Amino acid sequence: MLIELEKRKEPSQTMLYLTPVIAVLATMIVGGILFTLIGHNGFAAVKEIFITPIIDTHKWQDLGIKAAPLILIAVGLSIGFRANVWNIGAEGQYIVGGLAGTGIALLTWELEGWWILPLMCIAGAIGGALYASIPAFLKTKLNVNEILSSLMLTYASIQLLYYLMRGPWKDPEGFNFPQTRLFNDSQILPEIIPGTIVHLGVPLAFIIAIIAWFVMSKSIFGFQIRVVGSAPAAARYGGFSAKRTIWMAMLIGGGFAGLAGIFEAAGPFQQMVPQFPTGYGFTAIIVAFLGRLHPIGIILGGLVLAVSYVGGEIAQTSLGLPNAAAGIFQAMMLFFLLATDILVKYRLKLNVANQAGDAS
Amino acid sequence: MTDKSNYRIELDEITKSFPGVLANDRVSFAIKPGEIHALLGENGAGKSTLVKMIYGIMQPDEGEIRWEGEAIKVANPKAARKLGVGMVFQHFSLFDAMTVLENIALGMDAKISQNLLEEKIREVMDVYGLMLDPHRVVSTLSVGERQRIEIVRALLLNPRLLIMDEPTSVLTPQEVAQLFETLRKLSATGCSILYISHKLHEIKELCDQATILRGGKVVGECDPKQETSKSMAEMMIGGDLKQIEKDVKTEFGDPRFVVDDLSQPGEGDFGVALSNISFSVRAGEIFGIAGVAGNGQNELSMALSGEIPTVNAATIKLDGKPVADQNILQRRKHGLCAVPEERNGHAAVVDFSLSDNAILTARERMNLASGGLIKHSEARSYTDDVISTFGVKTTGSASPAGSLSGGNLQKFVVGREIMQNPDVLLISQPTWGVDAGAAAAIHQAIVDLAENGSAIIVISQDLDELLAICDEMAVINEGKLSKTLKVGEASVDEIGLLMGGVHGEPNTNQDSVENAHAH
Amino acid sequence: MNDTIIISIIMTVIGASTPILLAALGELIVEKSGVLNLGIEGMMLIGAVVGFAVTLTTGFHVLGIVIAMLASTLSAMLFAYLTLTLTANQVATGLALTIFGIGISSLMGEPYVGKTIEIFSSWFPASLAEHPQLRVIFGYSPLVYLSLILTVSVSYFLKKTRAGLILRAVGESDTSAHSIGYSVIGVRYAAVAFGGAMAGLAGCYFSLVLTPLWSEELTAGRGWIALALVVFAAWKPSRLLFGAYLFGAIMTLELHAKAAGFSFIAPELLAAMPYLATIVVLALISLRKSSGLAAPACLAKPFKPST
Repeated sequence: MLIELEKRKEPSQTMLYLTPVIAVLATMIVGGILFTLIGHNGFAAVKEIFITPIIDTHKWQDLGIKAAPLILIAVGLSIGFRANVWNIGAEGQYIVGGLAGTGIALLTWELEGWWILPLMCIAGAIGGALYASIPAFLKTKLNVNEILSSLMLTYASIQLLYYLMRGPWKDPEGFNFPQTRLFNDSQILPEIIPGTIVHLGVPLAFIIAIIAWFVMSKSIFGFQIRVVGSAPAAARYGGFSAKRTIWMAMLIGGGFAGLAGIFEAAGPFQQMVPQFPTGYGFTAIIVAFLGRLHPIGIILGGLVLAVSYVGGEIAQTSLGLPNAAAGIFQAMMLFFLLATDILVKYRLKLNVANQAGDAS
Repeated sequence: MTDKSNYRIELDEITKSFPGVLANDRVSFAIKPGEIHALLGENGAGKSTLVKMIYGIMQPDEGEIRWEGEAIKVANPKAARKLGVGMVFQHFSLFDAMTVLENIALGMDAKISQNLLEEKIREVMDVYGLMLDPHRVVSTLSVGERQRIEIVRALLLNPRLLIMDEPTSVLTPQEVAQLFETLRKLSATGCSILYISHKLHEIKELCDQATILRGGKVVGECDPKQETSKSMAEMMIGGDLKQIEKDVKTEFGDPRFVVDDLSQPGEGDFGVALSNISFSVRAGEIFGIAGVAGNGQNELSMALSGEIPTVNAATIKLDGKPVADQNILQRRKHGLCAVPEERNGHAAVVDFSLSDNAILTARERMNLASGGLIKHSEARSYTDDVISTFGVKTTGSASPAGSLSGGNLQKFVVGREIMQNPDVLLISQPTWGVDAGAAAAIHQAIVDLAENGSAIIVISQDLDELLAICDEMAVINEGKLSKTLKVGEASVDEIGLLMGGVHGEPNTNQDSVENAHAH
Repeated sequence: MNDTIIISIIMTVIGASTPILLAALGELIVEKSGVLNLGIEGMMLIGAVVGFAVTLTTGFHVLGIVIAMLASTLSAMLFAYLTLTLTANQVATGLALTIFGIGISSLMGEPYVGKTIEIFSSWFPASLAEHPQLRVIFGYSPLVYLSLILTVSVSYFLKKTRAGLILRAVGESDTSAHSIGYSVIGVRYAAVAFGGAMAGLAGCYFSLVLTPLWSEELTAGRGWIALALVVFAAWKPSRLLFGAYLFGAIMTLELHAKAAGFSFIAPELLAAMPYLATIVVLALISLRKSSGLAAPACLAKPFKPST
């Protein structure tokens, strides 16, 4: 073998920040080639998906509202991932959070007041956190693998949504469509830039990410999360409880996902519909990795993924690509990131000496 | 084979390096058929790396291995077994959820029917006097029984060279005696044995030849039966050991750390239960706890440090205050600091910076955090203090703990605790896998801390270490602690007996043991 | 009359069960080797679209199936390379594989939407396969019989063969397996490849037998049911068969509940049942650790051999 991997003495900081950029660029190149091979205009697809949403200023508002839930969920998940807690059920927590907030909205639909919206948001966060507490309980009490339990709960929650939409929560004046009534003015997130669709949830998501950055880097809590994830025995020695950490990581992940859910319901949707789950909870996992589990990185990662979502919609109308096509790029970004990850801990080395040694 | 070579295996100038470490430096030695050959050296001398290369788990960078006179390349363990090399690992390579039979079958390279295999296993067990139920699941077996699986697995292949890596560290004296019997029978059949250990008396008792490694190099070859333990120890440890400056003390202060009838059930499948442990340590005193690995040292260390608190508060008293129900944070606040045995991942987080590792345990006592927030600059300056006071070789407080050598990281960990000025320091295996220079520095720091009036508990498997620095000591065996012995008055033989489990009625045995071994 | 209804129900249940059984058999082997591949859904879709396209073009079902299995195995190798060679996170890679599979199958399948092919039906003589009563035995697609043969084979492989023993050992303790000389990475590559091939086969069942046509996300989340099934079966092939038919029955009941609109049980609750049951099983397994039903000890843990 001519090229060998040599372990670096210390992980490369340069590569840590460079590899996500490499991954995005490689995705654009290889993705373009792949689309061409399948018989589409690869160059146009890449341009529509990655470039158009950035240069077309009309699309910026879409970027904001797509990025917000991704960032919010990914920040919550990243805290868990750092603690080695693999909550991959954010999609379910997002749904249950959305439902919990919707529940408040339906209870208060004849009322008005400033307090309704905050109450909905609190209910959303609590709903998501409660749903995440199931895998947390199973993990801490029975040592049940949280990857499997949180994933299973996601699919159960989708059925809960369908049930509520078809039955108890169906809009009585909705011509039998399986969806709730529209939220009233006290129940929807206000626009923060008049004339756009950018709602209050968007800046909140960014602010929460920045607070999370501060907490993770400056506080004992953030330290605790990192220690429990890196070295459980050392964490115990340092006086940190692994179980409490699992609980906190799960509740935060679920709470943020639930908050994202109610932001989405009270923002773009303004009601609850069966089409509510759009896969943000899963895409957020890609965002978390792309952002290196760092809140600021996640903001950037969330924006990149938002570009691909918005670009995917553009390409759908302009090039007639299927809706799921953007997923190819999203997945490839993660593939390339994971593939180039190895450059952080290893360096590529041309190995000549070994060959000579074998020959002698 | 007759004129090709007199040796079963010859190692010629074997060199192996890892990033930053030269594990083996031109190591050469040879083993005759039927010979029991000791590979002697301290932890970290490069013994394990060397045998991994013989067994094909790792490849040497340079040098040659000759098998019965022929140069060979051992590509993998399968190739090694084909040659006739068997191996019993220090850390067993077993599968807990599987049966003994399945575990043994996995070690066979040829396909063999279950019934035939079982028959053969029983045959081998009969010949060598090893008892095992082939249908038991491994997770239900004792450590000694697990080792027997490894041995049976190796013997079934009719090895011509059997490698035993630190086989006795987990065994009781009876089990050791039985093992030696097995090995002698085996060597009588012409099988060579490479016996890796750092226990001199075992090597004297069992081995025909010894190669001594230090720092990856061969520093001596000898016939252990002709040598004294002392001369071998000197070769193994090296002559440059700094003498510890320690006055023989007879006067101590008040008891600072009192353990009274501490009992605790073992955790999980392998945990050792602690039963009725009592001892007390006075101000200025260093108290040693000796014992063979796996006799409850980890459990005791965690119960004393507070990593696993107990229910009954009064069983541990710190300066008169009951603390046994407090967790490690509370105990630290009350003046008890601890250094666990394992550096990587327990005493220190490998991928964290040294400064973060300081925050791990020193944040409360050294005020490195307040109001839930970390004071990073204070943490850095405390880390720098530790680095300079303890002469830790590193590029600075920001470098990851994993980038330090074992000895330097240990100096850092010990320094991090000692510089918190603990009233009581609990330290496990203070110099395990540490070079002689660092070991001396650590010993000196412990002695100095005691001079200042702290009470110190040292848990160690290294008897020489305990005898050198402790004032009093006791021996732990199967979770029970022996009576307290005064260092200087107790003989090594007496301690050895206690380590081997002759602890039944320590108080009645006391006189006879002392008389029998008085010098 | 009653007979025909019962026969029709049995056949529907078996039809619904077979693809999840096939995919789960693959994932069972993957997980037994210590790897968690969450990309089943994606690999199934790749298999479904490739199988459909090749069959439509060539007219040969078997050729379509073989090429489909190759394609999904190829996608599994991408997963294997990332997670095994480069030790990337298995959860993230598996999820990405699913997203990738959904995307690429939609893109590749676009030209085939709305086209139909001949169903891949029973190879038995029409007199048997269409006989009112005997069709309950002879009236299935060859893939159904294959799924049963494969269940028995996988069970035999794990219990009785040396290769099966090694596979379990690798999943139980990668370090031990490595130190006695087994290629942990090699075994896992093989397991992941098998998982990919089986997912491809399962995908073909959708596009060549159940529907038989291609539409976006044809497999409708059945990959996740297959994943649940492996856990539900506590990693035992015999229970897998039972679980597959149970889940199949629940899914069939759900469809009928929706269609008939009967009210004693919400169809959504039925649809959620496999997932909820799996969580209960997970909890029960954890309560009885010693019963030999536990998950492979190395599941989803990366392994990096020292050299």
